[in-house]
Amino acid sequence: MVAAGPVIPNFGKGSTCVTGNHVFCWGWVQQHWHDTLEPKLVEHVELSLVAVAIGFVLAFALAIFAHRVRGVSQPLGVVAALVYTIPSIAIFQILIPFFGISDTTIAIPLTGYSLVILYPNILTGLQSAPPDVLEAARGMGLEPRDVFRRIELPLAVPAIIAGLRIAVVSTISIATIAAFIGGRGLGGPIFDALQLPTPFKTEIYSAGFLVVAFALVCDLTLVAVRRVLVPWTRA
Amino acid sequence: MIADVANAHTFVEAFRFIADNPGFLLRKALEQLELAGAALGVATVIVLPVGVLLGHFHRFSTLAIGGSIIGRALPSIVLIGVFLTVLGIGFVNNMVALAVLASGPILVNSYDGVAGVAPEVVEAARGTGMAQRQVLARVELPLATPLIFTGLRIAAVTVVATAPIAAIAGGGGLGDIIVNQASYRLSGVIGASFCVMALSAGVWLALAALQRGVTPRGLRVNTVNEAGT
Repeated sequence: MVAAGPVIPNFGKGSTCVTGNHVFCWGWVQQHWHDTLEPKLVEHVELSLVAVAIGFVLAFALAIFAHRVRGVSQPLGVVAALVYTIPSIAIFQILIPFFGISDTTIAIPLTGYSLVILYPNILTGLQSAPPDVLEAARGMGLEPRDVFRRIELPLAVPAIIAGLRIAVVSTISIATIAAFIGGRGLGGPIFDALQLPTPFKTEIYSAGFLVVAFALVCDLTLVAVRRVLVPWTRA
Repeated sequence: MIADVANAHTFVEAFRFIADNPGFLLRKALEQLELAGAALGVATVIVLPVGVLLGHFHRFSTLAIGGSIIGRALPSIVLIGVFLTVLGIGFVNNMVALAVLASGPILVNSYDGVAGVAPEVVEAARGTGMAQRQVLARVELPLATPLIFTGLRIAAVTVVATAPIAAIAGGGGLGDIIVNQASYRLSGVIGASFCVMALSAGVWLALAALQRGVTPRGLRVNTVNEAGT
């Protein structure tokens, strides 16, 4: 069988727009929303948000530990810079032999990348309470536990949310690369489209748009959360 | 994708891969540096003056911040894919995609650096009769150097560490090995990844040294002498 135009995956009936690989085929998006774009978007949301959630819990625990035991904070900042020099596309491949082509293989690097962003931000936040404020709190008779809960934690919220914004957006972005192994998430359709002799534009644009839109929605949500939790701070 | 069975030995083999192919890896590394350098250069030339000028006039801060958020939200593979459909496969497509990636940190840091100069310092400079241009060139820019360089370092490391993905779209460099496990085996992929890490860490250190060199003496943190004068 000789195809007239480029061979497009999921091209269904193949309108002239699709077979001719025109700039954008709205019809293809409508036709493949339910079998390609929507399930991939759901996968992407799960992969990235679960990774950030685990990263956040770990980073929070580590930061509280470092906050209590001073002196461990500095070296870990350098670790963060070093971790980001590891190419994500390589890390995913290195983990395949250990965990197979699975969500674990994808989750470990994503969690790691978000952890190294979140940890320094949370720690900076916890340490941002001015000494005189802490002094005053103790003078008022607050227990150390209450100092943490009622003074240090609320004052750390802006820094924590700033860290979350970076971590969420970066993780969503890196999760796209995870599709290089196993095609999970919105990177899947993009890699599929790129592997064709003529890259299928509509698939790249629509999946790419969804990744960016998802990241921006998360970012705006976090800004809104900050407005609610700490209304006295500004952008 | 076929994956090799990995064990501790794979990592030994990765180092053997590096030891066996120094010339090949060096050529690929230079290819990657060329791509990354071109992208960083283009981004710096276009974006740095914009950030500096916006910072000088304290204008469009939302644009600078928004630009950085959108820049970070754009995944490298999406940028590479989109520019591939517009510019075709090869060097230019990847360079433009990586340059867009580098623009975010450069823009934000040059804006913050210049806009963040203490107003009383700028006031004092104006008071001594400095013209607009002199205030920028002799007061604001030197004081903004540390932040501007931090932006360049972040951008440089991002670009060098992301460049392997460009190999998918004909970008060449060490990525040719990293995305081609079928030919180079897992040990090759790991070996080339070590090279990329060394490359980005090297770029980081080189820029840190350069930063020390161009930072005005008074701003160098570890030369601050509290007992002085």
